[in-house]
Amino acid sequence: MSTMPLDKPTVRRIPDKLSTPTARLLGSWESLLAAVAIAIFFANSLASPHFLDPWNLSDATYNFTEKAMIAFAMTLLIISGEIDLSVAAIIALASTAMGAAAQMGFGAPALVGIGLGAGLLCGAFNGLLVARIGLPSIVVTIGTMSLFRGIAQIVLGDKAYGGYPADFAWFGQGYMSDLSWWPSWHAFEVVTFEMVAFLVFALLFGVLLHMTAFGRRIYAIGNNAFAAEFSGIPVRRTKFVLFLLTGLMSGVAAVCLTSRLGSTRHSIAAGWELEIITMTVLGGVSILGGSGSIGGVVLAAIVMGLVTFGLGLLNVPGIVMSIFTGLLLILVIALPIVVRRLRASS
Amino acid sequence: MMSRILKYRELLLGAIILALIAAFSLRAPGFATPRNLAGIFNDTSILIILALGQMAVILTKSIDLSVAANLAFTGMAVAMLNAAYPGIPLPLLIGAAMAIGAVLGAVNGFMVWIIGIPPIVATLGTLTIYRGLAFVLSGGAWVNQTQMTSAFLDTPRIPLLGLPLNGWTALLVIAVIAVVFMRTGFGRALYASGGNPTAALYAGIDVGRTRFFAFVLSGTLAGLCGYLWVARYAVAYVDIAAGFELDTVAACVIGGISTLGGIGSVAGAVLGALFLGVIKNALPVIDISPFWQMAISGLVIIIAVLFNARQERRKGRLILRDAARSPAPAAAEGAAA
Repeated sequence: MSTMPLDKPTVRRIPDKLSTPTARLLGSWESLLAAVAIAIFFANSLASPHFLDPWNLSDATYNFTEKAMIAFAMTLLIISGEIDLSVAAIIALASTAMGAAAQMGFGAPALVGIGLGAGLLCGAFNGLLVARIGLPSIVVTIGTMSLFRGIAQIVLGDKAYGGYPADFAWFGQGYMSDLSWWPSWHAFEVVTFEMVAFLVFALLFGVLLHMTAFGRRIYAIGNNAFAAEFSGIPVRRTKFVLFLLTGLMSGVAAVCLTSRLGSTRHSIAAGWELEIITMTVLGGVSILGGSGSIGGVVLAAIVMGLVTFGLGLLNVPGIVMSIFTGLLLILVIALPIVVRRLRASS
Repeated sequence: MMSRILKYRELLLGAIILALIAAFSLRAPGFATPRNLAGIFNDTSILIILALGQMAVILTKSIDLSVAANLAFTGMAVAMLNAAYPGIPLPLLIGAAMAIGAVLGAVNGFMVWIIGIPPIVATLGTLTIYRGLAFVLSGGAWVNQTQMTSAFLDTPRIPLLGLPLNGWTALLVIAVIAVVFMRTGFGRALYASGGNPTAALYAGIDVGRTRFFAFVLSGTLAGLCGYLWVARYAVAYVDIAAGFELDTVAACVIGGISTLGGIGSVAGAVLGALFLGVIKNALPVIDISPFWQMAISGLVIIIAVLFNARQERRKGRLILRDAARSPAPAAAEGAAA
């Protein structure tokens, strides 16, 4: 059962799929996000003449693709009532492992395998502590966050790994048009590998969460882990798998980010856990577990990417952007609560 | 019975710390001298003070991840005040630091109490906001040693009976917090609202308001530490104490403060902080690179959580829940909703 030190309402209802207020609210949340995305798109194109350049837009997707890939797995984890604060530290550790392997002369396929394997191992460690031993995920992942990045720090010190093989750069910098089977239409030239990976993973996680029994179980666990246990759902095993998935996706993000930057320092992806959780929550996933959708997270990723890109074009410094991220996080959580309370009082 | 286990735990932690000191002094004979130990305590003062604030919040089943950002903002604010108006007397500046910290803490408390945002989300948000505001306030510029007055920088360093005032401040805070937690209604309310919110409600304790004041306390102490930090390192910039919030949580977890709320002692939090302080100060002495520190903290947190979970289980919480599950939950849920 979940042991997050959050205030969970004692009464839990599993929302029906059809025509409950919750379902309607979720639906409108996603349409609201879509409207916001379109509005920001227009605002940006008015604010800067460089915004609508297809190559610029293609570059802008790097703002969110890597984070979003982790956010998809985080969505499943948060719906199940757990959380993983160590994702950015997993990136650091996986990237360090790849850097060390690159120094030893391993080629690109081996590096990818090492990155994904390191992510899986970290995820398994988190899963072992939370799902098997039953420790609270917030504290455990605060600990592993320190441990994973700490190991990267021990290995790297104040140095950096570089010298990745040339073909490794494709995952973070390559375009799909480099591949022979990709249609050679003009409009498809700007599509990057990461964009395609983002869409494919969105589809995979969407199907997994919304169209399989495994996905239904995640909702059931998040709504009432006790009842789920009594209904024969393997709660612990499911949670373990979710931590594995989150670790794996952090490994995927590590491959993309390392390949894009071409170097590894111990501070790589610092603070990303916050942005990934913000993205998830902005996408309409309840931080208390039990509800949310992949579609919402996809839209939230695009909204956050567009905001960051737009502010960047307007020369707003990164740390000021982080104020927006923080405000966004608090607002999107406070808004539904305030609206619900106003509706209840009227 | 419960207090015996708790006492046992603090004794154990104290013994581990002593054993560590003994082991380190085998390697470096100067390590266990009173002078060096006083130095370690002085060096750990800020962590101890912050950990006590964090403890108040954790007791109520919340968490404050914004303490380090709060520290950075208040530190920057008072450093800039001191640089711009050197005439402001120091007690006023310290008061200002604590007041600013209290306001930032109250913002957290307000969101948790009135709006009902989960504490971890609220303080994750304000963590970035406060540090961002420190940047907005300073424009990214540093306040250097030469810009601050000597009274501002040197007062915490004045030695009194072998311990600098910085360390005495920590001792004073420990004493005040110990009295508040163990001898006042607010202290009882802290334990009650985390231990069993429903029972606390029945006992007439306003859980939300208790939580609010826990956040205010944590913020006030973070503000005080903002001044102490800037004076100690003689520089203020946006990134000071980055990531330090995790150390405060670690100190609490190591000291046996349960993240499920309601369990833990002042001595535990202080010893938890001292444990981290001893390790931090010992690493260079025994020739281990300071880059090891982060991984060691992480490992210690995990071990402490494991240890805590085992102890909490032994107390029979589960039995109570089993008994309560049959007829009582309807009433309990009604009260909590």
